Amino acid sequence: MEAIAKEIKVNVETARQLGLSEDEFQKIVTILGRTPNYTELSIYSVMWSEHCSYKNSIYWIKTLPREGKGLLAKAGEENAGLIDIGNGYACAFKIESHNHPSALEPYQGAATGVGGINRDIFTMGARPIAQLNSLRFGNINTDKTKWLMKGVVRGIGHYGNAFGVPTVGGEVFFDECYNVNPLVNAMSVGIVKVGETISATSYGEGNPVIIIGSSTGKDGIHGATFASADITEDSAESLPSVQVGDPFQEKLLLEASLEIIKTGAVVGMQDMGAAGIICSTSEMSAKGQSGMNIWLDKVPLRQQNMQPFEILLSESQERMLVIVKKGREKEVEAILEKWDLHYAVIGEVTNGDRLKYYVHGELVADVPAETLVLGGGAPVYHREFKEPQYYREFQKFDIDTIKEPSNYKEIADYLLTHPNIASKRWVYEQYDSMVGTVNMSSNKPSDAAIVNIKKSDSALALKVDCNSRYVYADPHKGGAIAVSEAARNIVCSGGEPMAITNCLNFGNPYNPEVYWQFVEAIKGIGEACTEFNTPVTGGNVSFYNQSSYEGPVFPTPVIGMLGIIKNKNKVMTLDFKNEGDLIYLIGECYNDISSSEYLYSWHNVKEAPAPHFDLSEEYEVQFAVKEVIEKNLVESAHDCSDGGLFITLAESAMAGKLGFDIDTDTSIRKDAFLFGEGQSRVVVTVKPENEDAFTDMLLNSNAEFSFLGVVDGNEMIIDGEVYGKVEDMKGQYDNAIGKIVEG
Amino acid sequence: MLKFGVVVVPGSNCDHDTIYVLKHIYKQDAVPLWHKTSDLQGCDAIIVPGGFSYGDYLRAGALARYSPMMNAVAEFAKNGGIVVGICNGFQILCEAGLLPGALLLNTQPHSGINYSCKNIHLIAENDNTALTTGIPKGKALTIPIAHGEGRYFADAETLEKLNKNGQIIFRYCDEKGKITPDSNPNGSLENIAGICNETKNVFGMMPHPERASDEHLGNTDGKYILSALVKTVQARKAERLVVS
Repeated sequence: MEAIAKEIKVNVETARQLGLSEDEFQKIVTILGRTPNYTELSIYSVMWSEHCSYKNSIYWIKTLPREGKGLLAKAGEENAGLIDIGNGYACAFKIESHNHPSALEPYQGAATGVGGINRDIFTMGARPIAQLNSLRFGNINTDKTKWLMKGVVRGIGHYGNAFGVPTVGGEVFFDECYNVNPLVNAMSVGIVKVGETISATSYGEGNPVIIIGSSTGKDGIHGATFASADITEDSAESLPSVQVGDPFQEKLLLEASLEIIKTGAVVGMQDMGAAGIICSTSEMSAKGQSGMNIWLDKVPLRQQNMQPFEILLSESQERMLVIVKKGREKEVEAILEKWDLHYAVIGEVTNGDRLKYYVHGELVADVPAETLVLGGGAPVYHREFKEPQYYREFQKFDIDTIKEPSNYKEIADYLLTHPNIASKRWVYEQYDSMVGTVNMSSNKPSDAAIVNIKKSDSALALKVDCNSRYVYADPHKGGAIAVSEAARNIVCSGGEPMAITNCLNFGNPYNPEVYWQFVEAIKGIGEACTEFNTPVTGGNVSFYNQSSYEGPVFPTPVIGMLGIIKNKNKVMTLDFKNEGDLIYLIGECYNDISSSEYLYSWHNVKEAPAPHFDLSEEYEVQFAVKEVIEKNLVESAHDCSDGGLFITLAESAMAGKLGFDIDTDTSIRKDAFLFGEGQSRVVVTVKPENEDAFTDMLLNSNAEFSFLGVVDGNEMIIDGEVYGKVEDMKGQYDNAIGKIVEG
Repeated sequence: MLKFGVVVVPGSNCDHDTIYVLKHIYKQDAVPLWHKTSDLQGCDAIIVPGGFSYGDYLRAGALARYSPMMNAVAEFAKNGGIVVGICNGFQILCEAGLLPGALLLNTQPHSGINYSCKNIHLIAENDNTALTTGIPKGKALTIPIAHGEGRYFADAETLEKLNKNGQIIFRYCDEKGKITPDSNPNGSLENIAGICNETKNVFGMMPHPERASDEHLGNTDGKYILSALVKTVQARKAERLVVS
């Protein structure tokens, strides 16, 4: 190793090349009282990048509700949110993006996203038991999208399958706005006994700092900086910014980490993700209010001639940093040897606040930990925002300009096989959804994914949700809808919404119109989280999701919600159960087709406001659904979302292999009734003998409800017209995406 | 109560599941057997569970066979002990030469996509082995698969021998129990899903009966298979106690 980096001359121009502004450069000079050397400048450039510092988002993030029932760690306090779920257990959960790497190298980009989010969970001492993901791609008919989609799905599958944690849920959405910049968001959920978590902290003078896992290479250097810029035609040249994943190594790290924590010899632990060693050493030191001496020549390397800044910034995967109580190293080392893991003592904890990095005894960087981190010295910006013109234009949409169709069956077939609505079977069968023997939804689907908590009475209900078309049309409403729909899905599964994690995918924050979308979406999310008492426990902001030639993606704030089902014998499922059961709609239908898949894709009308939504109406509907499930008055529950009421009915029919016979409401347009996506609606089925008790209960609620028809036969019948056999429609629905992707 | 040993090699990921169902669903004792040791801890039967042993980087199951524990398991099998490999465990037993044939990359459902996790249907070829005793004739069991390298292959001679000796224990079928090309999820020869050795004490199957055992998961067809295993091992143990 040669310490030549410090010889690179540093000035404002060098800083700019590393993504720092002139002001930021001056701030660094002030902090250090001198001009930084190149290694130090690199350190600040990654730690103050958008990806690590949240400098353009944190002001607004802090306006989100962050307190509530059962919260064991506040947002941002630990690597992931932590919620008390009863019976002495806590749940750690978080969602994170890996968009930019996946845009360039879909397989490794997605795989390392899965690896990173799982490390965030087990670094806290929690064993991951479920994964979800939320994917956005461009036009599915293009070769580029097919390539991206195959790579991403294979990457998620291979990493998660080998790691041995089931993928239990997710969403996939296609729109041309994601042609260049797909979104790949991964969520992991883990379980830990209350009081047995470990913190990402460092303290205790003389305690050894140990690096565990893979050797450090040149992969992913400046990855965090790469993620903090638009995708351009030259982005492919940033390929070394994409890391390579090794799920086998991660599996060993998981088992060894959990064993190490049990010894009680560990002070703190943090995984190495974005910005590698510099990020974990600075964040842990800042948290524990102490310093470190780090000997970079002791770091096991996989390449020769690595410069100090490369070792510090490397984003090589499957590495952990552990602070061990001095004198207890042997206990930890025995476990690492048992699992055949590489490790090395690379430094020691010091008193004070300085992070000092040495190479063969020579000091190559000397910075105060606190000045690097979010909540410490990292900059915080208020960005300018401005309402874009399109927003007002979209509000002018008038349903009367859309001619009512004559052939409804044709539209039903179209929607059922539309990639945004059709079964995602081609995707999810590539994921191991059953390892761990906890997935309660494999054989009995619900609106949310239900995950068994073994040796307890309860189960988790998990959901990721965002309709980004609504958010684009109206960020405020769309943000609130994303939270509401996630909550609605959990309620329809018999669960109680507890908390959320979010992954906020937006365009360039320096664009005032993009920033307006961000601010408005945050407001909407905040209002809905307050209404449902689901605090925000953490997550991730991903800006710069745009290309230089196609503009920003739809604003896509993905909500990952955690719910609890206290009695796991009372999970509610979405399939029709018995012939003769009565089909009711809880909630109200409106004469509304705004931003529906039907309007957007069938009519090709892309300028419309978000669909009907009212937060208090939503609350009342969810409350009523909760009550009728609680009182065992319904046999199935399924919410109305993409594709509208028809798709809801069809999905319950296909899952239950039973038909339905319903009549539409003549007081509103038939297309609005069947395909409109007005929010706050749930389809339930009721046994005839429970009908009186059911209607009594709803009459006493504040929710609207109406009778639709009956579960009957093996056909889908609307207003006396047969739309098709359930079995045939299921064949089309199941195979639509595979047919397109496999050609 | 029986004591089952579940072999744990780096990359095993169905070891916890297997131990959990043996203990909590089948009410037997079950212990992990660490690959670096060769002590079988007095277990009555051995299960080699699923996973991605050593990352399956070379070839599924290729490295795990070299561990001290797998040598002990081979010795146990040679002496007539019952050994069952599930998924990656089946691959390991084939690599170790304890079972004939090999498991190759799936050729279905799509070219280029090998891995598939879903429920499939399975039919027992006979009802006189440790895994099939008591399974009603012609019954299609619903059991999940989750693998990318599960296409059973053997040369013609071996295949003929397997058929003749009744060593083929499970075949993939449709929901009515018919063995059809469409119901073959991975391209296995003759829809083979599970086999045993000539002495019928070493078994391998790609589907996961332990994933279809807990009623909370909505499918308990795996009980036909694992209950048969428990009963057989119990009977053998009782027999041995009488003899001694």
